[in-house]
Amino acid sequence: METNQSHHVAAPEPIRFETDPSRYRHWKLSFDGPIATLAMDTQDDAPLRPGYILKLNSYDLGVDIELADAIQRLRFEHPEVRCLVVTSGKDRIFCAGANIPMLGSSSHAFKVNFCKYTNETRLYLEDLVASSGIPTLCAVNGICAGGGYELALACERILLVDDGNAAVSLPETPLLGVLPGTGGLTRVIDKRKIRRDRADVFSTLAEGIRGRRAEEWGLVDRVIPRSGWAEALAAEAARMAATATRRAEGLPLLLPPLGGSVESERIAHRHVTLEIDAARRVATIGMQGPSAEEPTDAAAMRERGADLWALRAFRELDDVLLHLRFNHETIGVLLLETAGEVEAVLRADRALLAAAAHGGFAAEVLGLMRRVLKRLDQTARSCFAIVKPGSCFAGSLFELALAADRSYALADPDQPLAIALSPLNDGALPMATGLSRLDARFYGEPSRAASARAHRGTWDAEQAYQAGLVTFAPDDIDWDDEVRIAIEERVSISPDALTGMEANLRWPGPETMETRIFGRLSAWQNWIFTRPNSTGERGALTLYGRPERPEFDWRRT
Amino acid sequence: MSSINQYESIPNNVDLSTDKRLQRALEKWQPNFLSWWNDMGPEGFQKDQIYLRTAISADTEGWAHFDYVKMPDYRWGIFLTDPEPDRRIGFGDSYGQPVWQQVPGELRSQLKRLIVTQGDTEPASVEQQRLLGNICPSLYDLRNLFQVNVEEGRHLWAMVYLLHSYFGSDGREEAEGLLERRSGNPDKPRILGAFNEPISDWLSFYMFTYFTDRDGKYQLLSLAESSFDPLSRTCKFMLTEEAHHMFVGETGVMRVIQRACDLMKQGDDVRKLGGIDLPLLQRYLNRWYTVSLDLFGGEESSNAALYFGSGMKGRAYEKQYEDHVALDGTYAIPAPGADGVTTRDVPMRNAMNVVLRDAYSEDSQRGVDRWNKCIRENGIDFELKLPSPAFHRAIGLCAHMPFDPSGRLLNQAEFDRRKYEFLPSPEDEAYVASLMHGVYEPGKIANWIAPPTKGIKDKPFEFEYVRREAH
Repeated sequence: METNQSHHVAAPEPIRFETDPSRYRHWKLSFDGPIATLAMDTQDDAPLRPGYILKLNSYDLGVDIELADAIQRLRFEHPEVRCLVVTSGKDRIFCAGANIPMLGSSSHAFKVNFCKYTNETRLYLEDLVASSGIPTLCAVNGICAGGGYELALACERILLVDDGNAAVSLPETPLLGVLPGTGGLTRVIDKRKIRRDRADVFSTLAEGIRGRRAEEWGLVDRVIPRSGWAEALAAEAARMAATATRRAEGLPLLLPPLGGSVESERIAHRHVTLEIDAARRVATIGMQGPSAEEPTDAAAMRERGADLWALRAFRELDDVLLHLRFNHETIGVLLLETAGEVEAVLRADRALLAAAAHGGFAAEVLGLMRRVLKRLDQTARSCFAIVKPGSCFAGSLFELALAADRSYALADPDQPLAIALSPLNDGALPMATGLSRLDARFYGEPSRAASARAHRGTWDAEQAYQAGLVTFAPDDIDWDDEVRIAIEERVSISPDALTGMEANLRWPGPETMETRIFGRLSAWQNWIFTRPNSTGERGALTLYGRPERPEFDWRRT
Repeated sequence: MSSINQYESIPNNVDLSTDKRLQRALEKWQPNFLSWWNDMGPEGFQKDQIYLRTAISADTEGWAHFDYVKMPDYRWGIFLTDPEPDRRIGFGDSYGQPVWQQVPGELRSQLKRLIVTQGDTEPASVEQQRLLGNICPSLYDLRNLFQVNVEEGRHLWAMVYLLHSYFGSDGREEAEGLLERRSGNPDKPRILGAFNEPISDWLSFYMFTYFTDRDGKYQLLSLAESSFDPLSRTCKFMLTEEAHHMFVGETGVMRVIQRACDLMKQGDDVRKLGGIDLPLLQRYLNRWYTVSLDLFGGEESSNAALYFGSGMKGRAYEKQYEDHVALDGTYAIPAPGADGVTTRDVPMRNAMNVVLRDAYSEDSQRGVDRWNKCIRENGIDFELKLPSPAFHRAIGLCAHMPFDPSGRLLNQAEFDRRKYEFLPSPEDEAYVASLMHGVYEPGKIANWIAPPTKGIKDKPFEFEYVRREAH
C-alpha cells in the first residue's frame, strides 16, 4: 500500500453525489443480453481527494458513489437485465477493499460516514435481488481482500477463480487493528451461515483462504479453474437470469440529472430544499408535496416518468441527505418540513401503491422511497419534524415525521393543520427492522397503531398529539419559544452521546442483519476507530504501510 | 524399502533418522516429489547417467561429491550450515536479541508466505527448462543444465524441510501445493509471473541463469539474514549451489559472445554464418534483466517494511550497514517523472525491495563488464548495457509505461513502433529457435556457441558428461 502522511486540507470542495455512467472513472458497466456486468477498474490517479492512490482496485467514496449510481440505474434504465455480474476489470485482482491510506488520513467523522455509505450501497445490492428480482453473481477473478470480500458477500452467489493464488480474506483485524466494517463479520455468520469457529479462524487469517477450502467452508459458492472461468461464469449468469423474477412494466426509465441550484449552504431542487444555518448548527430540509395535477392512473404516471413527484422528490431528498452528512459535519439538528396539499399526497400514494402491485416502474419508485427513508433513519443528526399550517405530513411524507426523533405540531385554532395516513404507512416503506415506522412508533401499544389506521380523515395538531402521532403540540403563543428552546438545548448536548442515544432509540423491535450491521458492527467499528490501538500514533491503522510497527495497549475492554 | 532405510538414503544434517515429525511429513511428500520429477523434470533423459555433483554433507569436503548418477536416483538432501553459537538478530525492531529457533506465532503466516514464494520458484524453473535437453549445444552444457535442475530440486527440498518442520499441517499442505502448481498452467500457475514463461532456447536459459537466478541469490542473501535461524542456515547453504547456476549463465553468455566475435572476423553478417549477433543478445538481455527486476516487487512496499522491521528478511550482507534498525533516513527510488525517470525519497524500510534490487543490479553489472571486456579484446566496437529500471516493467511505479531502455519516456505509439529495437522480435526468436539442435557427441559443439575454456572438475570438454542410454 502507498504510504501517506497527508491530511485533508481545510474547506475542501463539497462532495457531490450525482453521477452517471458517462462520468464513471472506476467502473465499467456493460451489457450482454440479460446479463449486466459491473467491472471495477479503479483509476489509480483519480481519488476523490488528493493524497492517496487507488491501487489494486482499492476504493474510496468516489468509487462507491459510482457503484450506488450503477445499481440504481440498473433498476430503472435496464429492464432487460435479469442478472448482474459484479467483477473486476483488472487481471488477477478483484478488489483490495477500502483504500487504507485514505482511511488513515481521514477524520473520524469521515470514516464513519464513509462506512455508513458503503454499507448502504451493499444493502442496495442485496435489495436488487430482494425487491427488483435481479439476481447478483460475484465473479471473484483474483485477490479479494477486506472490503473486496464484503462486496462479494453482498452478492447472492460468489464464484472464485482457483488458480492457486486468488484468496478471499478479511485481514482487517490481524493486519489493521480494525473490523471488516462493511458488513463482513455479520454476513459471514448471518447470511452465509459459516460456522462461527471457522469464521473466527477466517477473520484472523490475514492471507485468507483459497480454492477448495474456501468452497468447503462456504466462503464462496463455487471455485472454478482459470481455464474454465469464462465459460462457467457465463453459464452461471445465464442460469440465474433464467430464474430471475424481474418485472419490467413501464421500464426503462432514464434518470436525468436532478439539476437544481447547488451551493454549499443551500441546495434548491424542484421539490426539496436544504438550508444550512452553520452558526446555529441547524439545517432545514423542506419538502414540497405533489401538486393537484399529479397523475393517478398508471399510464399517466409512467408518462410523467422521472418527473413523477414521488420519484423526483425522493431522489432529491436522498441527494440533500448525503450533502448534509458529508459536507456539513457540525450540523446538530435537522428540521424536517413539508408544504403542500394533504389530499394530493394521499392521492399520489394510493395511485403509486396500486400501480406498484404490477411491478416495474411504480414498484421501483416505491423501492427508492423505502431506501431513501432508511437513509434518513440512518442519518446521525437529531431530527425534528416541524408540522405547521400549510404542511402536508401525510402518507409517505408523514414517514418523515415518524422517522424524526421528535415532532412538533403547531396548534393554532386560526390556522388549522392536517396530518393524515395513507396505505403507504401500512408496511410498504419498512424500516431496517422490517417494521413500519407507525408500528415502531407504537411498539408497545399495537392497538394505537391499529386505531390510527382505522381513523377516517385527518388529524389536527391537538388530535394528532392525543393520538400519539406527534410529540408536542404547542399553541401559537408558545410555539416559537418551545421550538427555539428545543433546538438550542439539543445542539448543546454532546454530539457523540446524541448519535449513540438516537441510534439506540430509533429502531425498537426485532433485530435483522441490517440492524446488526448498523448497530453492532458499525458501533464497535466506530469505537475501535477512536482507540489508540488503531488510530493512535502507534496504532495499527495509522502505521499500516509505514516503516514502524504498531504497539498495542494490551488491556482488554 | 523400509522407512528407516528410506530416510537413511537421504543425506542430511538435521537428524532425520530420529525426527518423527519430519519422517511423517516426508513419507507422503517424497513419493510425490519423485512422481513430480518424473512428470515434470527434464524430458527424455531420466535413464541416462549424468556426471553430477551431489551434496552428501555440509562440510567443505562433502558438499561437492562428483559421480555418475541417474537423475531420479539423485540423492536430494537436507542441509543447513552449522549453527552459529549465540547468534543474535541482526536488524529490525528486535536487533540484538537472540535469534528464533521456532517460528514466532505472530509472524507465522508471513514467514510461511516468504518460504512458499521462494520455494515455488525452485520446481518452477525445472518445469520451465524441461525441454532444453532436446536441443542442447553440447554434452557439457547438457550436464550443466541437469546440475542446475537437480539442485533446484534440492532447494525445493530445503524449503519443504522448513515447511514440514516448523509450520505444522499448514506447512504440509503448502509443501504439497509446491508440487501441484505448474509453470505456465493457467489453472495452477506458479506464484511469480517470470516463472510461468517457458524457457525454450539456450540463449534464454543462459540469460535466466545469469539474471533470474541472481534474483534468487539476492533473495537468499536477504533470507540468510533472517532472525528465524533455520531459514537463515538453510539459505546460506543454498547460496553455495546457486553460485554454480550463475556461473553457467555468465559463461554461457560469454561463450555466445566469443562465438559471435569469432564469426564477425569471418564476415559481417553473423547470422549468415549461423551465429547470434550482439544486438540480438542485447534484446534478450533487456528482456531477462527487466523480468528479473520485477521479482523484487514494488519499489515502495509496506510488506518490505514489515519483513525488515519484524526481522524476517534483512538486506544482503546486512553487516556492511551501520544502521540496522533503519527507522530513520530515506532511500531514493526511481519513479516516473515528466519525461523520464526521476527519483523519490521514501522511508528506508519501505524501500528495502529497491535496496536489495540495487545491490543486484550492481552485481549484474559486473558480469556485463566482463562480457564487454571480451568484446573489446576481440577488437569489436560494441557495448552491452543493462537497461533502465523503468524500462519494460510489469510491476512497480513504472509498470506498463513506455520507457525506452535508456529511461526516456516515449509516447505509447513510438514505443509500439520501436518495440523490437528494444526487445526480442518474433523474427529474433524464430532465428534463435532455428539454431537449436541437440548435439550429443562428446567433444562436439553447436555452431552458435564457443566451447568452454575448461570442463567440470578438471575434466576436459571432450569428457562424456552424459552417458546416454540407447534410445
